[in-house]
Amino acid sequence: MTAWLLVAPMLLPVLAAGVSFTLSGSRPAQQLLGVVVLTLVLADSVALLVMAERDGPTAATLGGWPAPLGITLLADRLSALLLMVSVAVALAVLVFSIGQGFADSGRSSPFAFHPAYLLLTGGICLAYLAGDLFNLFVAFEMMLTSSYVLITLGAGSGRIRAGMTYTITSLASSLLFLTTIALCYAATGTVNLADLSRKMEDVPGGLVSALSVLLLVVFGIKAAAVPLHFWLPDSYPTAPAPITAVFAALLTKVGVYAMVRTQTLLFPREETWTLLAVAAILTLLLGVLGAVAQDDINRLLSFVLVSHIGFMLFGLALFDVPGLTGTVLYTVHHIAVQAGLFLVAGIVVRLAGTASLKRLARSAPPPPVVAGLFLIPALSLAGIPPTSGFVAKFVLLQAGGEHGGAVPALIAAALVTSLLTLYAMARLWRAVFSAGPERPPPSRYPGNVLILGAAAGIVLTGVGIAVGAGELGRISERAAHDLLERDGYREAVLGEEAG
Amino acid sequence: MTTLDLVMALVVGGLFAAGFYLLLDRSLMRVLLGVIVLGHAANLLLLLTGGPPGMPPVVAEGDDTERYADPLPQAMALTAIVITFGITTLLLALVHRAWQLDGHDEVRDDVEDRRIGTVEDREESGPPLPTDRDHEPGGGSGR
Repeated sequence: MTAWLLVAPMLLPVLAAGVSFTLSGSRPAQQLLGVVVLTLVLADSVALLVMAERDGPTAATLGGWPAPLGITLLADRLSALLLMVSVAVALAVLVFSIGQGFADSGRSSPFAFHPAYLLLTGGICLAYLAGDLFNLFVAFEMMLTSSYVLITLGAGSGRIRAGMTYTITSLASSLLFLTTIALCYAATGTVNLADLSRKMEDVPGGLVSALSVLLLVVFGIKAAAVPLHFWLPDSYPTAPAPITAVFAALLTKVGVYAMVRTQTLLFPREETWTLLAVAAILTLLLGVLGAVAQDDINRLLSFVLVSHIGFMLFGLALFDVPGLTGTVLYTVHHIAVQAGLFLVAGIVVRLAGTASLKRLARSAPPPPVVAGLFLIPALSLAGIPPTSGFVAKFVLLQAGGEHGGAVPALIAAALVTSLLTLYAMARLWRAVFSAGPERPPPSRYPGNVLILGAAAGIVLTGVGIAVGAGELGRISERAAHDLLERDGYREAVLGEEAG
Repeated sequence: MTTLDLVMALVVGGLFAAGFYLLLDRSLMRVLLGVIVLGHAANLLLLLTGGPPGMPPVVAEGDDTERYADPLPQAMALTAIVITFGITTLLLALVHRAWQLDGHDEVRDDVEDRRIGTVEDREESGPPLPTDRDHEPGGGSGR
C-alpha cells in the first residue's frame, strides 16, 4: 500500500500522458484527464505528507531488488512537503492554461501541450521522491525533455532561439550529472543515496570535495545560481505565460531540492560553507540588479527569480537546523509566490498586448482585481510583513545572526536584495497599475473566470502559507532536523542494521 | 575503488575536451555534434566504472564470480544512451526548424546583447539606427 502511494505521483501522470496522446482529437477530454490526474496526485501527496509527518521517512523498493541495488523511492518531510506544494501549483497552472485555451478559442494550443505537461509533472514528482542518484538523473531528464517540448511549442523564431539556449544549457548540465554519477559509482560502487552517505565516509577527502563541488555545479545550473544563471532570463520569458509560471515556480526549485538533498546527505559539514555563501551573495545581488535594469515585465520577474534563489542557498550555506528550516520555508513560499506573479504578468500582457514596461505605462491599466492579485505576491516577494515572504526571510536572517565569517555579508546582501526587490516591484506597479492623467481608464476584465480563479488560487495559497506559518515552520524545522540527522533516512532505505 | 587504465582515461578526457569545444561553437549543427560527443564521453566513463573490459556481465551458476563485469553500470549506460538518443532527435528537429525559419543555423544574439550592441553603434556612428526603438515584447508572452 505504501509502495503504491509512493509510486503513484510518478506513475499516474506518465500513464495519463500516454492516454492523453491518444485523446489528441478531443481537447476537453485531454483537459479533464489532466485535471483529474493532478487532483489525484495532490491527494496522494497530502497522504504522503501526513505519513511522513507521523512515521518519519518512508521508503519503497521497486522491481524486487533489495535496497542498495534496486530502485528506491523515498518520502520524508522535505520531499512530501515540496511535492504537495508543487503539485498544487502545477494543478492551478493547468487550470489557468485551460482557461487561456477557452479565451482564445480561435487558436487552440498544440495537442502536445497536455501530454508534455503531464510528463513534466511526473518528472518533478519523481525527482522529489527519487532515492538514488541515477533515478534522480532519469527524473531530471523526464522533466527537462518535456520542458524542451513545452518551451518550443509553436516553434516561432524567438522560441526556437531561446529554446535552443535552454536546451543546450540543461543538456550540458545533465551530461555533467551523468559524469558525476559515473565518478560516484567508481569511487563507492553504489548510486543509492542512503548507501552513498555511508560509503562516502571511506572515500579520500579530496575526491569527496571534488564530487561535492561537481554536484553543486550540476544543480547550480538547474537552479540558476549565479554565475550559472545566464540561460534563465533569456529563455523563460519567451514561453507562454502558464509555461513560464510552472518553469519558474517548479524547475528551479527541483534543482534547489536536489542540491539540498545531496549536499546534506552525502557531504555533511560542521560549519558554514563559505563557497556557497559567496555564491549566494552573488546570486542575491546580481539577480536583483539585473531585475532593476529590465524593461520587459517577464524578464524583470525572471531576474527576480534568479535573485531569490540566493535566499535558498543562504540557508544551505549555513548548514545547520535553523538555516535549513529557512531554506525549506523559503522554497515553499517562493513556489507559490513566483507562480502567482508570472500568472498575473501573463494576464497583464494579455490585456495590454505588450510586455514592455514603457508601453504598458502608456496603455490602459488592468482592472483593480488584477492589481490586487499582483500586490499580494509582490509584497510577499519583497518580504513585507505579514506576508509569507516576511516569515521565511525572518527565519533565515535569524538563523544567520548566530554565525560569523562570511555570514554577516550574506545578511547584508539579503537585506539589500529585499529593498531592491521592493524597488523593482514598485517600478512594475507604477508602470502597470497606477492610474495617471495621461492614461486611459482601467480596462474591464474580458477574460475567462478560470484564468482569474487559477491565479487567485495560487495567490491565496501564498496567503495560506503566511497564515499557517507557525505549523509550517514546525514541519520545516523537523524536515531540516531530518536532513542533518541522516540516520532516519538510512534506516528507512537500508533497514535497521544500517543506522 | 576501480582503477582506470591510462588509454581509456585519455580517450574519455579527449572526448570531453572535443565535446565542450564543439559546444562553444556558434553553428547549431556543431553544437549538436558536441552534445553527441559529450554523451559518448559520459557513457564511456560510466561503462568503465564496471571493471576492466572484456568480461561477461552475466555468469552461469557455479562459474568463477571473480571474473565478471559489474552489470549495473552497463544498465545505467544503456538507459543514458536511450535518453541521449531521444534528446539528439529533438535537437535535430530544433536545428532543422531554426534552419527553416532563418535560412542558417547560427546561434543568434541574446535580446539584451542586441540592445547593448545598438547603444554602442549609436555612440560610434551618430545618427539613430532603424533598430533604435522599444525592443520587441518578450516573445509571444501568452497572447
